[in-house]
Amino acid sequence: MTAVEEVPLSPAGNPIGFGSMKRVEDARFVRGQGNYVDDVNLPGMLHSAILRSPHAHARIVSIDKSAAEALPGVVLVITGEMLAGVPRPSLLGDNFAWMPTLSYDTQAVLATDKVRFQGQEVAFVIAESKYIARDALELIDVEYDVLDAVMDAKKAMDPDAPVIRDDKGQTDNSITDVHGNQSWESGNAEATAAAIAAAEADPNCVVVTEQILYPRVHPAPMETCGSVAELNPVTGQLTLYTTSQAPHAHRTVYAMVAGLPEQKIRVISPDIGGGFGNKVGVYPGYVLSIVGSLLTGKPVKWMEDRSENLMSTSFARDYHMKATIAATKEGKILAVDVDVLADHGAFNGVAQPTNYPAGFFHIFSGSYDYPNAHCKVTPVYTNKAPGGVAYACSFRITEAAYVIERVVDCLAAELQMDPAELRLKNLIASDKFPYMSPTGWEYDSGEYEKTMRLAMEIAGYDELRREQAEKRAKGEYMGIGISFFTEGVGAGPRKTMDILGLGMADGIELRVHPTGKAVLRLSVQSQGQAHETTFAQIVSHELGIPPEDIDVVHGDTDQTPFGLGTYGSRSTPVSGAAASVVARKVRERAKIVAAAALECSPDDLEWELGRWYVKGDKERGKTIQEIALLSHSALELPEGIEGHLDATAVYNPPNLTYPYGCYICVVDVDVLTGQVKVRRFIAVDDCGVRINPMIVEGQVHGGLADGIGMALMELIAFDEDGNCLGGSFMDYLLPTAMECPDYELGETVTPSPHHPIGAKGVGESATVGSPAAVVNAVIDAISPFGVRHADMPLTPANVWRAVQGRPMRTDMAVE
Amino acid sequence: MQITLTVNGTEYTRDVEPRMLLVHFIRDELLLRGTHWGCDTSNCGTCTLWVDGEPVKSCTMLAVMADGRAIRTVEGLANGAELDPIQQGFIECHGLQCGFCTPGMMMTGRWLLDNNPNPSEGEIRECISGQICRCTGYKNIVSAIQWAAEHPATSEVTS
Amino acid sequence: MQTPAPVGYAKATSVSDALALLKKHGEDSRIVAGGHSLIPMMRLRIAAPEALIDINDVAELKGISIEGNEIVIGAMVRHAEVLSSPILAEHYAIFREAEKLIADPIVRNRGTIGGSMCQADPSEDLSAVGAALKGSVVIQSASGSRTVALRDFHEGPYMTKVAQTEILTQVRFPIRPGAGSAYEKVERRVGDWPVASAGTYVVVSNGVVADCGIGLTAVGAEHFCAPEAEAFLIGKEPTEENLSAAAQLAADACNPFSDQRGPADYKKHLAHELTLRALRRSAAASQGA
Repeated sequence: MTAVEEVPLSPAGNPIGFGSMKRVEDARFVRGQGNYVDDVNLPGMLHSAILRSPHAHARIVSIDKSAAEALPGVVLVITGEMLAGVPRPSLLGDNFAWMPTLSYDTQAVLATDKVRFQGQEVAFVIAESKYIARDALELIDVEYDVLDAVMDAKKAMDPDAPVIRDDKGQTDNSITDVHGNQSWESGNAEATAAAIAAAEADPNCVVVTEQILYPRVHPAPMETCGSVAELNPVTGQLTLYTTSQAPHAHRTVYAMVAGLPEQKIRVISPDIGGGFGNKVGVYPGYVLSIVGSLLTGKPVKWMEDRSENLMSTSFARDYHMKATIAATKEGKILAVDVDVLADHGAFNGVAQPTNYPAGFFHIFSGSYDYPNAHCKVTPVYTNKAPGGVAYACSFRITEAAYVIERVVDCLAAELQMDPAELRLKNLIASDKFPYMSPTGWEYDSGEYEKTMRLAMEIAGYDELRREQAEKRAKGEYMGIGISFFTEGVGAGPRKTMDILGLGMADGIELRVHPTGKAVLRLSVQSQGQAHETTFAQIVSHELGIPPEDIDVVHGDTDQTPFGLGTYGSRSTPVSGAAASVVARKVRERAKIVAAAALECSPDDLEWELGRWYVKGDKERGKTIQEIALLSHSALELPEGIEGHLDATAVYNPPNLTYPYGCYICVVDVDVLTGQVKVRRFIAVDDCGVRINPMIVEGQVHGGLADGIGMALMELIAFDEDGNCLGGSFMDYLLPTAMECPDYELGETVTPSPHHPIGAKGVGESATVGSPAAVVNAVIDAISPFGVRHADMPLTPANVWRAVQGRPMRTDMAVE
Repeated sequence: MQITLTVNGTEYTRDVEPRMLLVHFIRDELLLRGTHWGCDTSNCGTCTLWVDGEPVKSCTMLAVMADGRAIRTVEGLANGAELDPIQQGFIECHGLQCGFCTPGMMMTGRWLLDNNPNPSEGEIRECISGQICRCTGYKNIVSAIQWAAEHPATSEVTS
Repeated sequence: MQTPAPVGYAKATSVSDALALLKKHGEDSRIVAGGHSLIPMMRLRIAAPEALIDINDVAELKGISIEGNEIVIGAMVRHAEVLSSPILAEHYAIFREAEKLIADPIVRNRGTIGGSMCQADPSEDLSAVGAALKGSVVIQSASGSRTVALRDFHEGPYMTKVAQTEILTQVRFPIRPGAGSAYEKVERRVGDWPVASAGTYVVVSNGVVADCGIGLTAVGAEHFCAPEAEAFLIGKEPTEENLSAAAQLAADACNPFSDQRGPADYKKHLAHELTLRALRRSAAASQGA
């Protein structure tokens, strides 16, 4: 089972099964015929705009909306006070002013008492046009009593720190999770501490500690978030067109928020202009469009502008990490300990599985074989935007992969050992799989050394090191950075993984029509991953039906079975497995039908792609298309077998899948200006079996650009007064085609042993793995100046200051 | 005020507020929703279309400023059922994922090739440097434009 | 998406028509050229003019030409035209080098040299180019026109000598036979405003610097220029030592402030490094290297 397996071609020239077929979706997109939320226009639809707080922390003294209400074209101006008066027969509170977050916290829909971050929702204007709605914002007069803001997570627990969540009766800025814990640990604390202490005392060992910040960044999909809500006042039916990566989960949340009967809610997530985690959360704007429709009796559209997107919706990262690594002087890793201060913003809006308040951060022990690891994660409230599962992070694995790959490089520097050699000495050996990690993960499969050696071969690693030495002698600084990452994706086994009590299994439904054409209905939601193509390929692989004969339906809760949605690279590992399972169910049903038609026992039949035939008599058989017609015909079927060729399935993954990869980045640094040029980027990914290699490579390309962006330029920073300094694309810089090199990709294929088709998921691999490669390369380049670490983003200013021996604190933009 | 302009070969006359942005005119008045928008500061290039034969960020031009001019949008690339090579190139090379930046990228790519039929990789990258894509990492967009360069066809505005 | 506040609009057909329209619509009316500074500001509601006077169709503001020993650039000339102009390329490499680093190709299709000058952003690249080359602008009012040296043009950030009732019509640069010129910029990312930029020209004659100009932007250089550094270089050999000393004088006169693009000490350092790099290449070009 490898990616290069030859498969027959369909009449349309597509592979029947796996292979690089062109995308089904492209036909509409290249013609400008996509259907995104802002393209939805319903008769009588009203528009809206949100007035947001200019302050990070302030008490609302008064709101005067009379002038806004008097503006011609304005239909309604809603405040938090009004929402508090709209009763809801809800499971989670008694009015609309507050809503639950995905982490069992509460978040203000519109502020009633205080504003707690700059950009928080204060009032909602509904008007006949978006221009008038925007005009009306200027006419709302809010009086604020400005309070001191907590902008530095390190000061959030100071005794004199202002208390942010007084609404909950808190007396400090700690965050208590649903289990009652204020911090969360994994691994063996005592054994790890003992191993580090022993290493410190041992002259044959070294211990390296580094403070490593993964600063606040934003997924910033090109399409901002928005919704169109239509609540039919007669039938009580709510139809919500919305930018959602998880339509079914959102439907359940709206049922809880709005107190609406869940069967009356239809969530439609049409074409989505990129998600990257930004469209996992439920935002006040979505709820306000629903409330707006409830109060006006008309459809209401809400689309955020770019500043609203960057300033108020789910940020990512903001992890302050102290990492300690112990090793022998020969470079054998003994123990790693990581202590994390997590900045969660003003409302705990992270979307992690309930039992994992720090997500899967505890996979930080990485790709290396050593016995002792421990982490402790302590979250705090600050006066910043809420959220925290976003930007292709695989539930905090991005932070985990970054911290281990960075600290391993720090260890290499301390040992004066080549970082490739150090990694090769410690990689988990192939015969150790399934491998139980020191923090309790069971890595399913891997051939790590093979993957790493392939990356080094593509890079010409030894030659690069020679070139580097020659250049250094001439005063030119190039750097080579390596990252070897392991992810755990495909959440997850429902016994241990749920979000808001919803187990993370995915439903699926396959119908094969009498003519042998099929419809597959998915719970997961594409935001560009091409589910309409790849899921058809999975069914094609299992049944031999040409992929062009299989339509994939997704993004509409009325038309698809329940499932938790697309994030954490879970579509292929969970719903992809479901697609395989449901197709195999159909194949087994087809076998019975074929046996009836061929007047033999099902046990006498053998499967070849697209056809059941009689063992030893290959001419005697029935194609899946023939069987489809037969199954709808008058053919007599065995007792207990109904007709038709449809099936449903729910897939509950037995374990996560563990994609991994080795990335090598080559940079040139102008140490006199601090400018970094990414010259080459080599990425060898092992995501198990590749359904559509073209699409897999596209996913990797995108993630590599993310990594370059985060490593070099992306940052949501704040000043001391709480002003967001990354609130537009003028300051939240995203990489362009000029910063990205012509990536060089390679692959190894180690199938997942427990996934029906051996696939592991790849959507976030490159975003997870690439930042460390870029940072390691830059630090490698400037290491002759005694630099061992500098925090992202490595802007020209930060690189120059690091070379000067005075690296900057990057989370505060102005020193 | 009343404006008259040509979009993809068809003349339209509409009464608009002077403040209306060209992108909103195209999307909301003419209902050509293939032109998207992505920011407020002219940085992302998602809204790129042609005005008098040159790509322009339509969020940074008022509809009244386009009075009397000829606009071309993504809907004007294909000749009926026949795709422009730039569109075919994006399909062939997997030059798009979510599809949101794609119309703007294709409009710029078409313009580049009309003026420079055999651009280098560097010239392509520079030409699209005012447009952000979050999905593809650009490599396949560059390949798509190269594909179109290798499969030339006329790109006259279809009416 | 952000939207502008209500605004009036009139299309001017000539400079005199534009001046009449400015008068008619009063002091809260603004000229709009490419619109790539003004319209985003209107969308973010940082600017809310009552009326816009559109000069895009004013033919007399277009074109690049030579008059006597001056290059004349019409105010409506777009960045893309400055970038590709053979006249400018023949006389000054600095235009092409600077323009290649201003915004992006699509923005350069609309943005104009007159608009950039009048916007007078303290980080404007063309302000450094204009100051380096000791250019001038022609400003027209109903009563006539006047010429203002670019080194006298700015009255502060976003403020120029162009009054509400006036229009900048031309930007003019003296031709200097034998001059080499260059532009150096550090930006956080392609298309961003500069962290710091320096542009220079040098005329080397008989082995010594006979003439030179130094322009800087985004680093708090008064009038975007460095006259002490220029004076220092005149008559000296263009050695690395002399060029570096001049660059240091230029940097010493700068007064940058810390912001998201970088701390003040870094910008001051860049003022030196980029001036030095530009001087090196200018001097080499002047000597035919």
